[in-house]
Amino acid sequence: MKPVFEYSRGMREKELHYCPGCTHGIAHRLIMEVLDEKGQLGDAIGVAPVGCSIVSHQYMNVDMLESPHGRAPAVASGIKRVHPNSPVFTYQGDGDLASIGTSEIIHAAERGEKFTTVFINNAIYGMTGGQMAPTTLIGQTATTAPEGRTVAQAGYPMRMCEIISQMDAAVYVERVTVTSPGDVRKAKKALERAFEVQEKKLGFSFVEILSTCPTNWGLPPVKAIEWLRENMMEYYPVKQFKCPEEVK
Amino acid sequence: MAEKKLMKGNEAFATSAIHAGCRYYFGYPITPQNEVPEFMSRELAKAGGYFIQAESELGAINMAYGAAAAGGRVLLSTSSPGIALMQENLSLLSSVELPIVLVSVMRGGPGIGSIQPGQADYNQATKGGGNGDYHTIVFAPASIQEAVDMIYKGFDVADEYRNPVMVCADGMIGQMMEPVVLPPEKAPLAEEEIGNVKPWALTGHKEKRERNAINSVWLQQELLEEYIEQYWPKYVKAENELQDWEAINVENCETLFVAYGSVSRVVKEAMADLEKEGHNVGLIRLKTLWPFPHKAFELIGDNCKNVICCELSMGQMMKDVEAEVKGKYPVHLINRVGGMLLDPVEVVERTKKILEVK
Repeated sequence: MKPVFEYSRGMREKELHYCPGCTHGIAHRLIMEVLDEKGQLGDAIGVAPVGCSIVSHQYMNVDMLESPHGRAPAVASGIKRVHPNSPVFTYQGDGDLASIGTSEIIHAAERGEKFTTVFINNAIYGMTGGQMAPTTLIGQTATTAPEGRTVAQAGYPMRMCEIISQMDAAVYVERVTVTSPGDVRKAKKALERAFEVQEKKLGFSFVEILSTCPTNWGLPPVKAIEWLRENMMEYYPVKQFKCPEEVK
Repeated sequence: MAEKKLMKGNEAFATSAIHAGCRYYFGYPITPQNEVPEFMSRELAKAGGYFIQAESELGAINMAYGAAAAGGRVLLSTSSPGIALMQENLSLLSSVELPIVLVSVMRGGPGIGSIQPGQADYNQATKGGGNGDYHTIVFAPASIQEAVDMIYKGFDVADEYRNPVMVCADGMIGQMMEPVVLPPEKAPLAEEEIGNVKPWALTGHKEKRERNAINSVWLQQELLEEYIEQYWPKYVKAENELQDWEAINVENCETLFVAYGSVSRVVKEAMADLEKEGHNVGLIRLKTLWPFPHKAFELIGDNCKNVICCELSMGQMMKDVEAEVKGKYPVHLINRVGGMLLDPVEVVERTKKILEVK
């Protein structure tokens, strides 16, 4: 009988340390499935961020390193110079990419670096215990915004796809989520296109995945998915911002 | 046949790196090292290499991290405040045992400071500003030729020790022109060869080996302690094998100077004048700042009455010299700071004053 579901060859057989209901596991697997289906697991090189997914190299079956906080796009730029034909990706959370690492991501995008960034936006700092992120929504509580984020105190949440898509050399920009089976399929498609853009050396490719953090949101997993759909998707619309003809 | 060429320091540094097989350079403008990125932007692509003008010094050293992790031979250059920004990565590169060569063209500090030559980054270079237990191997050239040779050799030392190597050239050496003989050109490591020569490098596992992971985080402290204890012996080895210095009349002198970099040249001129007046002088010139050349101080003979440190800082090197002579001789300081320079006349006068007071 043909198996309907298997362990991905792209994932090492390790138990994930992520909290129940966290969507890192799905995101990891999607990237690895895409590389596996393209026959590129043996060529790919990944850059892990500082944050919960700093140890993603324990799970992803590709060569990887850990970047200092926020610097993953600069690190990937260096890797890509040595291996210009290998698929290179950064995997970064919202604190890493949208706070401490804004300089690196903007300039990598503007240089048209030929690697792919996967941006995990769960609107909170996970690893350090639930502090306000640059993407924390207005009114959302965090350990450093105990009464909820206010515009007066912390300004507005950063919309990274909207910012990145302004860059001419960022040619593929899409925001997806993984909160339903249909959304998971769309997210995988987005990742496929992003790696194809990279392979064809068309420019910089960027996929944002709206993600959950049940632990730091203080919600059970199913409620966390509902909260994401009801709150995050309004401020962060799931859509394709830019896509070159060559990969449509 | 190697011929002598008249070259500006910064351009000679960059050329030496290309001759050593370096094909990756990441830079950010900062005076007085700008000729290095300018030269690399013109010349590196011609040699089949890659130049990026980074968004910041943080960007530059992280590009270097990526390229070194991927198995490339990497040069970086910057000046004092730029090194301050790069300290996090010097700690990180040491923790993951990656080789890079970093040229620091030192200027006056602290803060944004001045753009004139300085040596007030002695502590920055040798004691580090990064977190944790690590060392940066630091060479200190006194001429453009020596800088060229140290950069060339520095790549091999960085590879052997799998550790960052810093070449501390002060602004004087970066900006002046001198005749140099360039070392022979080495071929860079071909991309296909990286995996064989550097089995730890990120090349993609090609379905032929376990995936390589370069990691700096240790969530179980027992394992981090074990890891540090496992790599620490290389620093002990470096302290034994890399100490380097020049010694002049150290065994017999009554007055011993200690200096490094361009200041040592000023001191040598002052010594010639002092000798003419009958003074018995000697010099220890540091060629490595870390490891500190302890062995040179074992050569000091019974005649020694005074040790005089000459440097462009408020006595940063002098603290290491004091620790070395352990109170056996009085240690004095002849210095200028902030980008101001010493000249031989001033060194002679201040030396005489020190010797009179006794």
